Amino acid sequence: MSMCKGNPDTLTTTGEHAEGPLPASATRNACKLCTPLGAAMVFKGIKGCLPFLHGSQGCATYIRRYMISHFREPVDIASSSFSEDDAIFGGARNFAQGVDNVIRQYEPEVIGVATTCLSETIGDNMLGMIKTYQDKHSGDGPPLVHVSTPAYTGTHSDGYYSAIRELLKAFVKPTRITQSRMVNILPAMMSCADLRHLREICALYELDATILPDYSSTLEGGSWDSYHKISPGGTAVEDIAEMATAIATLEIGHTQAVDKKSAGHWLETEHKVRCDSLGWPIGIRLSDQLFAAMATIADRPMPAQLADERGRLIDAYVDAHKYVSGKRAAIFGEPDMVVGLAAFMSEIGIRPVICATGAKVKNWKELLASEIEGGTADVEILSDSDHAKLAAAARELKPDIILGSSKGYPLAREMKIPLVRIGFPIHDRIGAQRMLSVGYRGTLELFDRVANALLEGRQDDSETGYSYL
Amino acid sequence: MNSVNTPSSIRVLDERSDQVWTKGSGKEFVCDKKSAAGSVTQRACAFCGSRVVLYPIADALHIVHGPIGCAVYNWDIRGSLSSGSQLNRNSFSTDLAEKEVIFGGEKKLKASLLELINFYQPKAAFVYSTCIVGLIGDDVGAVCKQVTKETGIDCIPVDSPGFKGTKKSGYQAACEAAYKLVGTGDTNGISKYSINLLGEFNIAGEAWMIRKYYEKIGIQVVSTITGDGRVDDLRRCHGAKLNLVQCSGSMTHLSKLLKDDYGIPMERVSFFGFEDTARAIYAAAEHFGDPELMRRAEELVRDEISKYAPKLKEYKKRLKGKKAALYVGGAFKAFSLVLALRSLGMQTVLAGTQTGSAEDYEQLKEICDPGTVIVDDSNPLELAKFVLEKDVDLFIGGVKERPIAFKLGVAFCDHNHERKIPLAGFEGMVHFAEEVANSACSPIWKYAPRRQAKALRLPEPEPTAPLACEGGAA
Repeated sequence: MSMCKGNPDTLTTTGEHAEGPLPASATRNACKLCTPLGAAMVFKGIKGCLPFLHGSQGCATYIRRYMISHFREPVDIASSSFSEDDAIFGGARNFAQGVDNVIRQYEPEVIGVATTCLSETIGDNMLGMIKTYQDKHSGDGPPLVHVSTPAYTGTHSDGYYSAIRELLKAFVKPTRITQSRMVNILPAMMSCADLRHLREICALYELDATILPDYSSTLEGGSWDSYHKISPGGTAVEDIAEMATAIATLEIGHTQAVDKKSAGHWLETEHKVRCDSLGWPIGIRLSDQLFAAMATIADRPMPAQLADERGRLIDAYVDAHKYVSGKRAAIFGEPDMVVGLAAFMSEIGIRPVICATGAKVKNWKELLASEIEGGTADVEILSDSDHAKLAAAARELKPDIILGSSKGYPLAREMKIPLVRIGFPIHDRIGAQRMLSVGYRGTLELFDRVANALLEGRQDDSETGYSYL
Repeated sequence: MNSVNTPSSIRVLDERSDQVWTKGSGKEFVCDKKSAAGSVTQRACAFCGSRVVLYPIADALHIVHGPIGCAVYNWDIRGSLSSGSQLNRNSFSTDLAEKEVIFGGEKKLKASLLELINFYQPKAAFVYSTCIVGLIGDDVGAVCKQVTKETGIDCIPVDSPGFKGTKKSGYQAACEAAYKLVGTGDTNGISKYSINLLGEFNIAGEAWMIRKYYEKIGIQVVSTITGDGRVDDLRRCHGAKLNLVQCSGSMTHLSKLLKDDYGIPMERVSFFGFEDTARAIYAAAEHFGDPELMRRAEELVRDEISKYAPKLKEYKKRLKGKKAALYVGGAFKAFSLVLALRSLGMQTVLAGTQTGSAEDYEQLKEICDPGTVIVDDSNPLELAKFVLEKDVDLFIGGVKERPIAFKLGVAFCDHNHERKIPLAGFEGMVHFAEEVANSACSPIWKYAPRRQAKALRLPEPEPTAPLACEGGAA
């Protein structure tokens, strides 16, 4: 049987190369996921929390399946399971019944409620419903946190950052106390290994960190001797409550730095906790910025272990620079990750010739320009992109390597170039949860993966099949 | 507080108590209910049902009308293969933004359809309505009509807003949509011994294997609608003389329409396991009543079984006595799996489906052993509870069930539509046994904490045969 002879996005039904004007109205192979997914991921990083989607049950099921295929862990997300009647008359009854059932079954410490397209469009008043529910139960039972996440505004990144903000608003208590060794970290949508590494770095600086969210254990736990209704781990609500006592907040992500409503800025405005806005710490420069901020907060020099790691990273750059120098990369994914990767690529001499995200990012070009060494004149900067647009740009610009999620595989296969998997979802490989790419150590791992992917490509294509470099 | 040490601390919700049943309990069993809110059902929505059934029609354009979420989660994740066109593997969406939700999405839908049809030259187009479209009042039917008129390509609305119900209501909407094409093609050249295969999804090329069986014995396969499907085959499938319906849930409605309007009889079949595969081949041969067909069918079954049975025997030695749980979409697959597991010497102790009907469950109850727990529209906690209670060695299900098994140190076999290994037919049964054995007999389980705890509690297992698992059933 003849199988796929190219990227399905360019082939007609007879297998010919599709011609004519590129379809512009429809999204072809989206380069984004929906807002509630981001919110659900944050809620999975709260201790004892069960995510709850107010809408049709398909939303919860789809998101669960996507997260399970990436993390390979139980991901239970409840739904109010709208029926046709609920869509017409409102979902209040289903919401109350759903919350009752979640409490009966899961005994959660907190319920994270995210809305969906459906409940937002019919205008269900979430805050009202939550209040009614809590009044009826005279405040007993777990707290309910609500985040508004209609998929027709924004992407999963927005859902992620919104959920963090709503958790802070719900739980942070005003205080006059400042704990000088306490720091808040608001990470972007990183891997479990990244989150663990951030905590480890804080410990090296003798800082006590509240990382919000922290799904490093809930979405990458050990093998169990009994079933856990809710996976152990996560940021405790009591710890969120104390975040106003921290000496500073490290908020990661270029988009958050310029968003005055970001969670970190909210803490600064409302609770006078200084907000240090940082980039996604990939590469030496962006990691240096993170460690400099840590050093200031901790009033400690860089710990020897990190200085060693930095040294090894530079040595690795030197050892392999010739194999990566002058290459061209296409990068796609969550906006803040793309900026971090673009900074890293340009730092090692790979031109990030395509930087694409499915989100509509204000000042996308400026954000990238601020981090790409050597300017962006030769960089195709795509905001509100889909994979078809990304692929069209790649066919023109002929990158040597792609960095992004599993969804870049059809393009990599078509162009016979390597895909270095990073971001979400990675569901065609094992180990997405534990891919480390932040800090000096993470950068080193990522750098080796990039260099080896390029080496492997060259070796596979070689006439002789050499086994010595 | 959240951790449980005993299965009894997991409660079955009151609303669901009559959807959980133990053979021999004499209790009443209820199914076909709407999922309880907050239950964490493993079911998906109506949209998902429509999308998966029509997905394998490879030379049609499939566009999801709605905000992005609905389209993006099913971009190229199915294991259903096409021998030619790959158009269906794309994920096209009108990706409605706030302004379209307020002012309507018809304009964007029309522009999207015109551009995509012009670019990809599909044979037909399916337009899926999602929750939002059902609410904002877009007239999808009218847009489809206009575009059909302008392009000459049939554009067919699929009425599948998620809130309409479970996957099952989506199946019905998909059948209605597909049926719009039926009867519009030329039926010349169709043999008097001819069939359609309905509800066979060509996962990992299964439909190709099955098609060969029928062609080998002299029966023409007119259309495999939902597996490596083609628009033109669908247009002429009313010329076939018999419909064989697998996956009973998804395609029963289409076969009923074909029966009512064209008088085509239907047989429910399954291609999982030697027994059911043989039965499915005989069913068609018997239907046409030609002794020559029957002779060839018997010959084929004999050849295939003699080729693959010895391999199964080896696996049976290793798997004998193990206990299995299965949780699948439709009931027909469950019947076959119970039988297939039995043929490997395994006992099914927990069986459930997302959307089985009362009739289905009667049959399931009958073929299961006493003590078997049967669940309808179950959820992760219930499944975990019974995995523990029944002390299961192997779980058969899909992606959402996998972590339940793995976390508890239980083997797992993926029997869902994402899989890449053919499990149907005679050859498929060997793959199935291999899949099950590779997981159930892996030496890794002895390190799993729950298995270790169990090993400390229980007396030594009986001495094992030379081929038996190392650590598998510890």
